[in-house]
Amino acid sequence: MWILENAFLIPLIPAVSFVVILLFGRKYIGVERVQKVGIAAVGIVWVLSMIAAVAWITRVEDSTASKSGDAEHAQIAVNEGLSASGSSTLDGDLHLAAEDDGHGDANSKDGSYGYATTEPVISKVDGWWSSGGIDFAVGTLVDGQTVLLLIVVTSISLLVHIYSAEYVKGDRRFVHYYAFLSLFTASMLFFVMAQNLVQMIVGWELVGVCSFVLIGHWWEERPNTDAAVKAFLTNRVGDIGLLVGVIILFGTFKTFDIDSINRMVGEMGSEVHFAMLMASIALMAAVCSKSGQFPLHTWLPDAMAGPTPVSALIHAATMVVAGVFMIGRLYPVFFEGFSIGTSSINLMAFIGGFTALIGAGLAFAQWDIKKVLAYSTVSQLGYMVMALGVGAWTAAMFHLFTHAFFKACLFLGAGSVSHAAHHTFDMREMGGLRKYMPHTYKTFVISTLALAGIFPFAGFWSKDEILLGAFAGQQSAYPLMLIFGCVVALMTAAYMTRVIWYTFWGEYRGHGHPHESPKVMTVPLWILAVMAVVAGAFNLPTPVLEVFGLESLAHLVQTYAEPTHYLNAIGLSHPDPSLWLALVGLALALAGMAIAFMYFWRNTGPHGLTERNRYAKAGYTFIEQKYYLDHLYTDIVIGSIKKPIARAANWFNDNVIDLVVNRAGEGARDGGRWVYRRIDQGTIDTTVNALGSGADAGGQGLRVMQTGRVQNYGSLLFGTAAVVAIVFVIVL
Amino acid sequence: MLLNQFLLLGALLFAVGVYGVLARRNGVMVLMSIELMLNAVNLNLVAFGVQHDVVSGQVFALFIIAVAAAEVGVGLAIVLLLYRNRKSIAVDEFDLMKG
Amino acid sequence: MVAQNIAFGIIAAITVAAAIGMVSTRNIVHAALFLVAVLGGLAANYVLLTAEFIATTQVLVYIGAVMVLFLFGIMLTRAPIGRIPRMTGATWPVAALSALALGGVTVYALVDRFGTDSLATDSRVFRTADVSDSVFSQYIIPFEAVSVLLLAALIGAVVLARRD
Repeated sequence: MWILENAFLIPLIPAVSFVVILLFGRKYIGVERVQKVGIAAVGIVWVLSMIAAVAWITRVEDSTASKSGDAEHAQIAVNEGLSASGSSTLDGDLHLAAEDDGHGDANSKDGSYGYATTEPVISKVDGWWSSGGIDFAVGTLVDGQTVLLLIVVTSISLLVHIYSAEYVKGDRRFVHYYAFLSLFTASMLFFVMAQNLVQMIVGWELVGVCSFVLIGHWWEERPNTDAAVKAFLTNRVGDIGLLVGVIILFGTFKTFDIDSINRMVGEMGSEVHFAMLMASIALMAAVCSKSGQFPLHTWLPDAMAGPTPVSALIHAATMVVAGVFMIGRLYPVFFEGFSIGTSSINLMAFIGGFTALIGAGLAFAQWDIKKVLAYSTVSQLGYMVMALGVGAWTAAMFHLFTHAFFKACLFLGAGSVSHAAHHTFDMREMGGLRKYMPHTYKTFVISTLALAGIFPFAGFWSKDEILLGAFAGQQSAYPLMLIFGCVVALMTAAYMTRVIWYTFWGEYRGHGHPHESPKVMTVPLWILAVMAVVAGAFNLPTPVLEVFGLESLAHLVQTYAEPTHYLNAIGLSHPDPSLWLALVGLALALAGMAIAFMYFWRNTGPHGLTERNRYAKAGYTFIEQKYYLDHLYTDIVIGSIKKPIARAANWFNDNVIDLVVNRAGEGARDGGRWVYRRIDQGTIDTTVNALGSGADAGGQGLRVMQTGRVQNYGSLLFGTAAVVAIVFVIVL
Repeated sequence: MLLNQFLLLGALLFAVGVYGVLARRNGVMVLMSIELMLNAVNLNLVAFGVQHDVVSGQVFALFIIAVAAAEVGVGLAIVLLLYRNRKSIAVDEFDLMKG
Repeated sequence: MVAQNIAFGIIAAITVAAAIGMVSTRNIVHAALFLVAVLGGLAANYVLLTAEFIATTQVLVYIGAVMVLFLFGIMLTRAPIGRIPRMTGATWPVAALSALALGGVTVYALVDRFGTDSLATDSRVFRTADVSDSVFSQYIIPFEAVSVLLLAALIGAVVLARRD
C-alpha cells in the first residue's frame, strides 16, 4: 500500500534521469553509457509499477471480501461514504483518503456485475499555490485505470529504451534522445496519476512538448521540422479545447479535483447536463488532436518522421492514448454530457467510428510501412473512442492495453526491417525479407494477427468486447457503430496482410544485403510478441473460462481497472458476452485476410483496376491524397482566410481608395488653383512665413534644453513631478 | 512611535537620493543614489505594513530588494561598458542625443 | 517607547547625515562608505519596525553583496582614489532645486495627511516564517517572476560586461 500513497516517486525517477542525462550525459557519464542511466531509471519504475499493480489488486480484493454483504445495507454505506469522502477531500493539509477503505456496493442495477467499489488512493498537498482566492492542490490519484496505464507505459518504455540502444547508436544526438525519452516517460506517468485537472494539463502539455522534440529529432532535414511543427500546432488546436473544457468544469463545480468532479457529476446528474455537454464537446476537441481523431488526425502519420522507437513509444502505444485515457478518467462528465446509453448515436461514438473507418481506408494506399501503421493507429484509436462512446469503458481500456503491445511490436518490427534494409521505409524497396529476418518476420506476423483480431490473439478479445459494446449498448444499441466496427475489422485484416506481403514475401526489391537485427532489438520484439498473444487473457469473458474451471480469472481488467466508485454512480452496465458476435468478428477478420491473400498470393481479383477503371482510379486517388484533408487545411481553410482578404483588400485599394484619392486629388487641384491665385499669394504667404520664422526661433530656443545629458532630463522629470505634486497636494 | 517619523525619514532620504542622481557626475555614484531612493521606498513599505498590520509590506520590500540587486548588476555592467568604450564614466560627457 | 524614540532619533540623524555626506563628498570611496552607513541605519530602522527578516536581508544583500559590487565598479572603472575636483555636475543648482521641491512637497503632504498618527501598537509581529508563508503561497507568482527577472539581469550583465 505504501507505493500507492507515494506514487509520485514513479514519475519522479525518470524526471531525475532526464535531468541527469541532459546535464551530465555528454561530459561525465559518457555518450556510450547514457542509455544505461535511462534503462535503469525506467527499469526501476517498471518494478515499482508492478508492485503498485499488486498493491492495487490486493486493495480491491480486500474491499470486495470485507464489504460484499447485504445489498441494501451496502447501498446506504455507499451514499454515506460518498458524502463523507467528498467533503473530507476538500480540507486538511496533507491527508490520505486511503485510510478510508472501500465501501461495498452490490450494484442493484440490471445487467451489471455488481462488484464492490474500491476507493481510489488519493495523496495530496493542499495549498501548493493559490491565485485569486483559488487553492491549487498537488498530488496523485491512483486507481485501477492509473495502474493499468502504469503497466502499459513503463513496459513499452522499458522495451523501447533497450531497443533504442542499438537503433539510434552513433546518432549525433544520442544523449539528447535518451534524455527526452526519459522526460516523455516521466510526463506520461505524471499525466496518468494527475490528481487534479491542472496537473492533467501540465502532463498533457509536457507530453506534447516531448513529442515535438522527438519528432524533430533529425531537424536538419526540412520535412522532419515541418512534421514536428505540424504535430505541435495541431495539438495546440486541441489544447484550446482542453483549456475551455477545464474552465467549464471548474466553473460548474468550483474545483479542479478530478475525484470530486466525477462524484459530483454522478450525484447531480441531469442538473448539470448542459454544462457537461459543453465541457464534453470542448474536451472532445482535445481528444481529437492528441489521440488523432478525425478531423485533427493529420499530424499523426507525419509524426512518423521521428526515429522509429519514438513512433512506437509515443505515436502508437502511449502518448496518443492520452486522449482516450482522459475520456476514461473523466468518464462521468462525458457520460452525462453526451447522454451515452440513451440514444443510438452520439458525437463521441460517431467521431470514433468514423475515424476508425477512414484510418483503415487510408492505410491501404500507403507505401511507407510506418505510415500504414500510423493510419492503423488512428483507426484503432478510433475504435477505442467509439467504445467509450457506446459506454463500453472496460472494452476501450482493454483494447488500449492490448493494442499498446502489438502496435509497439509492429513499429519496432518496422524499425528492425528498416535497420536491415538501408534505412528505407518504402515497402516497394522491401520484399522477401522473411528469409533474411526470421525473428522480425515471426514477431511481425504474430502482432499482425493480434491487430487483425484473429483468435486467440490479444486483439481478438478486445475487439470482440468493443463490438459487443456497440451491439448491446447501454439502454439502446448502436447499430451504426456496429457496422463501422465490423467493416473496420475486415479492412484491418486486409491492409495488414498487404503489409506482410509487400515486406516479407515476394522477391527482395531493395539494394544491398538485408540482415537480421542484433539481439538487443529482437528480444524486445519477442517479449512484445508474447504479450500480443497473452495480453488478451487479462479480460477473458466468464463462459470461456468456465470450460477450464477458472471463472475467478475472468474479467480481470473489468474487476481491477474499472473505477467502480465513479461508474456505479452513473449506472454503467456490462453486456453479456455473445458467442455468435465473436464468430462474426472472427469471420470478418479471416475474410479480410483471405481477400488480401487471394489478391496478392494467388494473384486473383481485379489487378490493375485502378489503371483501367476511371471510378476506381478516382477513388484510389482520393484515398492516396488522404481525403484531401491536408489540402482542405492548408489550401482551402488557410487559403480562404488569406487570399480573399488579400484580394478584397486589393480590390478595395484599386477601386474605392484610388477613386477617392483621384477625385480628391482632382478637386484639390482645382481648388488649389483658385486658392493659390486669390488667397495664398495675397494673405497666407506672409502669415506662413512669419509662423515659420517664429517656429524656428522657438525651436532654437527649446534646443538649448535638448542637451543630450541624462541628468538634465532627469532634473526636468523630477522638477515636473514636484510641480505636479505641488498642484495636487496643495492646490487641489 | 509615530508613523510619520519613518515616513519623513524616507522622504528625506528620497530627496537626497534625487539630488545625488541629478547632480553627481560619476556613473557609479548615480547608481548608489538610486539605491538610496529604492531604500527610502522600502522603509515606507515596511512602515505602512506595520501600520495596517499586514505582511505584504515586508514581502514587497523583499521584492524591491531583489529588483534592486538586478538593477545594480545591469547598471554596473552598463557603466563598465561605457568606461571600456569611452574611458570615462562622467555621465555629463555623454551627450550623443544632443539636439 | 521612549527608548525606542531615542534610538530612532539617533539612527535617523546618523542616516540622514550619512546620506547627505554620500551625495556631497568628493571622495568616491568615502561615498561608498557613507552608503554603508545609510543602509545600516535603515536596517536598524527595520528592526525598530519589527521586520527582522527585512533587516537581515538588508544587511546580507545590500551591505554584503551590493556594496561589494559597487566597490568592484569603482575599482574596475579606475576611479581616482582620493579627492576628485569635479564630483558634482555644473547643473547642481537645478538638481538641488528639484530635490528640494520634491522633498518639500512630500514632507508637507505627509505632515498634512498623517500628522501625529501614532504607529499601530497592537500590530502583530511578522516573523520570518510568516513572511515566507506569504511569499510562497499568496505571492508565489510574483516570486517566480522575480526569479526570472534576476536570471535575465544575470544574463544581461554577462552579455554587456564580457570582453569579446
